[in-house]
Amino acid sequence: MTARAPSASLILTDAERAMLDGREGKARQKAMLLLVRYAEALGAERFVETNNVAGVPGTYTPFLFNYYGATRENAYDLIYSRFDLDSDEVVTVPNMTVHSCHLQGGVDPEGWQILGAKPEALQASQDSEQAASAKGIEILKTCTPYIAGNVPARGEHCAWMESSAVVYCNSVLGARTNTEGRESTSAAMLTGRIPDWGLHRDANRFGSHHIEVDVPVESLMDWGMLGYFVGARVGERIPVLTGRYGTPDLIRYKHFGAAAASSGGVEMYHLVGVTPEAPSFESAFGPNRPVERIRYGLEERRRTYEELNARGTDRNVDYVMLGCPHAALEQMEEIAGLLEGKRISANCNLWVFTSRAIKAVADSRGLTRTIRNAGGAVLTDTCSAIGQALPPGTRVAALDSAKQAHYLPAIMGIQSWFGSTRDCIDAAITGHWNGELT
Amino acid sequence: MSITLRGRTVVPGVAEGEALVTHETISGWGGVNPMTGTIIETRHALRGQSFKDKILVFPGAKGSSGWSGVFHLTRLTGMAPKALVFNEMTTKVALGAVVMRVPAVTGLDQDPLQVIETGDWVRVDGDRGVVEVRKAAAVRQSS
Repeated sequence: MTARAPSASLILTDAERAMLDGREGKARQKAMLLLVRYAEALGAERFVETNNVAGVPGTYTPFLFNYYGATRENAYDLIYSRFDLDSDEVVTVPNMTVHSCHLQGGVDPEGWQILGAKPEALQASQDSEQAASAKGIEILKTCTPYIAGNVPARGEHCAWMESSAVVYCNSVLGARTNTEGRESTSAAMLTGRIPDWGLHRDANRFGSHHIEVDVPVESLMDWGMLGYFVGARVGERIPVLTGRYGTPDLIRYKHFGAAAASSGGVEMYHLVGVTPEAPSFESAFGPNRPVERIRYGLEERRRTYEELNARGTDRNVDYVMLGCPHAALEQMEEIAGLLEGKRISANCNLWVFTSRAIKAVADSRGLTRTIRNAGGAVLTDTCSAIGQALPPGTRVAALDSAKQAHYLPAIMGIQSWFGSTRDCIDAAITGHWNGELT
Repeated sequence: MSITLRGRTVVPGVAEGEALVTHETISGWGGVNPMTGTIIETRHALRGQSFKDKILVFPGAKGSSGWSGVFHLTRLTGMAPKALVFNEMTTKVALGAVVMRVPAVTGLDQDPLQVIETGDWVRVDGDRGVVEVRKAAAVRQSS
């Protein structure tokens, strides 16, 4: 895209003007140009500085590689320029000066054959990873950076991709990010800027909808269902929850937020008396009046369960996928505990997805070995939805993640069942879905 | 006779074509197949339909942060819509519209979801933030 003067309503600092004018090099100029187009589309008036960016910079598949006619030598700069920065001109990507990390994607370098990946896909994944690492990007390769080494502080301005990580960052940690995309995060890594819009601003972090939880919500499965219900009801707005829930732990937050960001576009929520920006009902809503009061009771819970199981008819399960978002250590412990001394059905595959960081700890604890001894696989970097990878011949999957139940059947055209982690492990062992709402 | 809606520019440029309207928000990654330009989300009203070369009229974006990346890919595969008209501004739809490089307008003075129906002929003037609609019934009568 050609350079043009930013609109009068967008105010640039001298440093931003210098980048836009090319005084900080071509790559930062192209990055700033994209950010200006993006800020103008949003109607933002300025940028905010960020030193914490999470994206998928310059990563490529054989499709992008072939589309741009890349070679192994020029692929990273070429794809970063053309796709990430949406620049018609190819520029040399400099080393990152902003703290940057790579989220999930690519191919598990250890388990790629289990995933059924082609050697050229592994090659593309490893080449782009090496190039990114050489630029100073932390290769976390997970949708859960907040349990793999990147934990933002309260109030910190971030530019993150991955809807489940974004909602965690805002709601649980009290840091600030909108749901950024690949192009905006790659541009932010080069400039340390992101539009000062949406959740970066105090006024936009208050609640809009009041959700009254009128049924006990304790288990991980229940938190997933509640999230799925809430997202579908509030869309992109900010729900404020009150009622019958205990203080959730990391994995319950993880599954609640991921579900709400899948059925809807929830980027922030408040649990009154629990999350950092909601010490009280009044502080959660600030100057806003609740636009709607929504009750979540037994009936809503039952209907949510039925929706999440709408894509299951055949109870013979041939695939169990756990680890969406990537399994935390306590989940690895639970899965290994349930599989101890057991053997999964010959008709079923079990894949557990996690981050490299958590897997390293699970390896040293012997959890990975326990899962493998039972016939399961522990895989990193990706998942069945992101990697579009299923065991050969998969027809019916069992899932303990509402987010995955939302996406996987749609993307892969298979049936799926949703339930607890225990239900899923039972299905892996028996090859049969016995889950029900209790 | 045409109906004129006035709003604000998201992405400049002018395009016209047949409207594809949905009252449901759209997921990009996991909701759209960028190789075919079709909606794949389970239970979506437009499931199985293609937006290629259509004027896509929708409430807004939801779901994964891969929204921009997937719609960006539709530009590469030639499956992109011709223009976007939507109600709810989010970072997903703003960035997606920018990298798709198609005219986009929001903040209209009448709800486009009430005025525009699938099959209507729509001209999106992203430079001025104006959307002109010729109802399908009128288009049929004059042809």
